Amino acid sequence: MSTTFAPSTTKLEKLVGKRLRRREDPRLITGTATYVEDVKLPDMHHAVIVRSPHGAADIRSIDISKAKALPGVVAVFTGADIVGVGTVPCGASLPGLRRPDHHILAQDRVYLVGHPVAVVVATDRYIAADGADLVEVEYDIKQAVTDPEKALAPGAPAVHSQWPDNVAFTFHQNGGDIDAAFAEAEVVVKQRITSQRLVPNAMETRGVVADWKTNDRSLTLYTSTQIPHLARTLLAGMLGIEENRFRLIAPEVGGGFGSKLNVYSEEALTAWVSMKIGKPVKWIESRRENFMVTIHGRGHVDYFEIAAKRDGTILGLKLKLIQDLGAFHQLLTPVIPTLSVLMMPGLYNFRNIQAEVVGTFTNCVPTDAYRGAGRPEATHGIERMVDILAAELGMDPAEIRFKNFVRPDQFPFPTATGLNYDSGDYANTFQKALDTIDYHGLRKQQAEARAAGRLMGIGISTYGEICAMGPSVATPAGGWESATVKFEPSGKVTVLTGTSPHGQGQETSFAQLTADELGVPIDDIVVLHGDTSIVQYGIGTFGSRNTAVGGAALFYALQEIKEKLKKFGAAMLKAEEVELGDGVCLNPKTGESVTVQEIAGAAYRGVVIPPGMDPGMVVTKFWEPANFTYPFGAHIIVSEVDAETGDIEIKRYVAVDDIGNQLNPLLVDGQLHGGAAQGLGQALWEQGVYDDNGQLVTGEFMDYTMPRARMMPWIESSHTCTPSPVNPLGAKGVGEAGTIGSTPAMVNSVVDALSPLGVRHIDMPLTPEKIWKLTNGRNA
Amino acid sequence: MIANPFEYSTPATLAEALGLIADGAKPLSGGMSLIPMMKLRLASPEHLVDIARLPELNYIREENGELHIGAAVTHYDVESAPLLCGKCPLLAETAGHIGDIQVRNRGTLGGSVAHADPAADYPAALQALEAKIVLRSAAGERVVTAAEFFIDTFTTALEPGEIVTEVVVPVEPGLTGTSYQKCLQPASGFAIVGVAARVRRDGANFGAVQVGITGLTGTSYRATAVEQALVGKPATDETIRAAAAHAADGVEANSDLHASADYRTSLAVSYTTRALHSALSRSA
Ligand SMILES: Cc1cc2nc3c(=O)[nH]c(=O)nc-3n(C[C@H](O)[C@H](O)[C@H](O)COP(=O)(O)OP(=O)(O)OC[C@H]3O[C@@H](n4cnc5c(N)ncnc54)[C@H](O)[C@@H]3O)c2cc1C
Repeated sequence: MSTTFAPSTTKLEKLVGKRLRRREDPRLITGTATYVEDVKLPDMHHAVIVRSPHGAADIRSIDISKAKALPGVVAVFTGADIVGVGTVPCGASLPGLRRPDHHILAQDRVYLVGHPVAVVVATDRYIAADGADLVEVEYDIKQAVTDPEKALAPGAPAVHSQWPDNVAFTFHQNGGDIDAAFAEAEVVVKQRITSQRLVPNAMETRGVVADWKTNDRSLTLYTSTQIPHLARTLLAGMLGIEENRFRLIAPEVGGGFGSKLNVYSEEALTAWVSMKIGKPVKWIESRRENFMVTIHGRGHVDYFEIAAKRDGTILGLKLKLIQDLGAFHQLLTPVIPTLSVLMMPGLYNFRNIQAEVVGTFTNCVPTDAYRGAGRPEATHGIERMVDILAAELGMDPAEIRFKNFVRPDQFPFPTATGLNYDSGDYANTFQKALDTIDYHGLRKQQAEARAAGRLMGIGISTYGEICAMGPSVATPAGGWESATVKFEPSGKVTVLTGTSPHGQGQETSFAQLTADELGVPIDDIVVLHGDTSIVQYGIGTFGSRNTAVGGAALFYALQEIKEKLKKFGAAMLKAEEVELGDGVCLNPKTGESVTVQEIAGAAYRGVVIPPGMDPGMVVTKFWEPANFTYPFGAHIIVSEVDAETGDIEIKRYVAVDDIGNQLNPLLVDGQLHGGAAQGLGQALWEQGVYDDNGQLVTGEFMDYTMPRARMMPWIESSHTCTPSPVNPLGAKGVGEAGTIGSTPAMVNSVVDALSPLGVRHIDMPLTPEKIWKLTNGRNA
Repeated sequence: MIANPFEYSTPATLAEALGLIADGAKPLSGGMSLIPMMKLRLASPEHLVDIARLPELNYIREENGELHIGAAVTHYDVESAPLLCGKCPLLAETAGHIGDIQVRNRGTLGGSVAHADPAADYPAALQALEAKIVLRSAAGERVVTAAEFFIDTFTTALEPGEIVTEVVVPVEPGLTGTSYQKCLQPASGFAIVGVAARVRRDGANFGAVQVGITGLTGTSYRATAVEQALVGKPATDETIRAAAAHAADGVEANSDLHASADYRTSLAVSYTTRALHSALSRSA
């Protein structure tokens, strides 16, 4: 061993809090990243799925003979073949939940357009597609039902014949004394508010490559997922594969937004086909399939009632929430509306709540977690209701919010729905937003605009949300996260995170944290994720948890490895006490030091092993959070409506978000901007529309309005910072905040613009035609 | 999103291409409409003839006070060619409204015209410009006006075996003001309505006016009632408002998810007003 004992000369710059560009970007923007579609294995076959063109139908017969006869077609399988394969899993544990059997291929009935009926496997994808066209299915078409309220009406067609009322579950959440609140009320306002179906539309559609090795009884599955480990556990169960012989790889994942927080038929089916034919098999989802069969988000019809005093004090809230579940339960389908209920109180200090959720089957694709997952619906509801109440009372919408905010001295604040808000100063953040936009000046401008006949609106949303999912008791499969920090013998550092970032940028931010803690150059650090054979178990990426839970796990792993470095360093320096900092271990008495890289190398060579220590320099930490975190913020949008055409112009957008501490503000900006784009998408443009037969009318980009860059306003973004006490980083989470805060600000702004016409509410999306009808007195 | 199998030919000459088309092959130009339909298997031609590379269809030239544009000229070239920008700004402006830059770099004038999408942009301008459309088959050539060419949704005067080879538009007289105003369908970017206007002044009054409208109904049309309500009248806001109210006269408006018939009609009036205002302000 040749230790130099020379103190390191260059002090490394601290990186946490710096706007570092993403290290993952070069491969992404030069087209060299490996997505599932890029995985090509020797002798790989291709699967194309035959799907139902009907919303509801009995399958009379399936003739696969012509498809099988097509040269290049290797196999065709139908529902009759998939004996012994488990059904698509649902992690919900609601009492009394009705669970339809969700087979990976339809058995004798189809329940939605796109329902998989058969799979054609061929030597190339084109032949498989031609083969799929040759599969002849005879259907006996039944009446579908696609509107959840129609599904609940007496005499509606039953989605599942065994449950003629189409009710999958009812869920109640009561807090405080709602009757007393309404008895005490001086004013009650009511409103039906919908939150339309949205199609997540990740840039990369789903895709699977399955590689079964019969001799080893082993499966390697590449799939575009946010939850590699959970997906492996669940798929292993469905397929009867031993989990230790099942390697699941989430290669580059081109966005998920919750739509890949799931386990899908096609993942199991592709794996099963590979097992059947003993060859690698690839299935790639087309964009049309992505619209049709990848989960949708939202899908609420909400009936709100709010009780208040004349001075604006909110006393209580009643909600009946009709959730359009679709035809089946995907992984978390029934759970999502219960998250809405939890967040109903928003930032407001009232203790009385009564909520009823009616989970309703329809002949549509299942709804499930989509960016925000329950919180956008809740926030939109409460933020609209507060505005409606303000209008009823003739109060300023800012004033009514100040009146009702939870105060800083009330934290931790137990809500009427059983949550425990961690920290915050809502009034301060809101005031900052009001000052930034010059709220009082704006109201004067608005008065002038109105006098001149112009329709100008100012919309406020003060949102709160629940992040960092979450304590294990509140999460179906565990809510902890894991991290491994590993010095290689050369002194390079590998971090393995149990989260599964797919655009969030943790390869950068986790490296920043690691660099600061260990005093190692960031270039010497790699962050790996998404491969069950490399990474210890992990829960994955969703619910704005990567930093607040995964980052915290990493932080603790780093602390532990620092302790180990110190022990080894002390042994090497033959010192009793050492100090660790800036990548060196120092004996303060002698001034002698040794670098962390040297210590790591020595720990592997086992030259000096301090008593009670093991060789090597690897630490793995699993960390369980004690609570969720609760970010919050204020978004204000100024808009102007063209009465003649119904066009909406966004004049200003100010966002002040409090997400606690930030590892990399550039990544935070990206999350907020993208989130706001999706939230504005819901407010203004996007809608998953089904016709009565179950056809998705907005089933492609020609009709489904994805927000475009040119449609986005400039977002004036700033922050306040209330560190979360829940984790050592003080981080709250930002993955979904923009989506949650933006939508009601937009809608409130347009309703405010139209309020001189007597408008109190408009359901989303605020299409120009809807606005035009209102401005032209054609209220439909 | 995988097309059925098909054959693909790249003939070197127009004559060769017309021979293949006479035998039933389908012309492929920019592919911006045809390929998406093939990928969705809504169209399954067995044989494609690529005409976009034919030099005989790639030109823009001025002859006898008219501008001749080959069918394979891309939207981007229409938008940016100095000859067109200078001498037929309405067509260049309209081309700039089509799709996005990728689509404009591949899609062609002839392809758009032949496809006759009811929400396409060019037809409005071609109606207002009283353009001529040159059609050619192996048997010979004929020329029709835009008004004769556009018959209905995806339906034109093209006979089997015939293709569009050229579009002819006038060199815009210097004093004419022109404008194209489009209400975008927000998802597709096509026109919910698009209005092309050409305005000449006659002292303080409107002189000759042409208005072409696309998107409102099954096919593009000349809004003659609007034109008649303007000619000879004072060039004022009131005249424009009153005239634009006739934008949808005699027309049955389309209705879809993005705009009901009533709303579309109202938009046609609004965008006609805008186009006339803008054209008037550009006239000398
Ligand atoms: C994303 C996107 C957005 C778009 N947005 C718009 C828009 O905003 N406005 C708009 O107007 N258009 C829009 N388009 C359509 C675009 O302008 C197409 O370029 C045009 O419709 C067809 O031209 P093409 O050269 O691509 O024709 P192709 O797709 O090659 O052919 C279209 C049809 O015409 C036939 N054909 C082609 N050339 C000839 C010819 N010379 N003679 C006879 N038949 C012929 C083909 O056989 C085919 O049936 C959009 C397209 C896309 C993909």
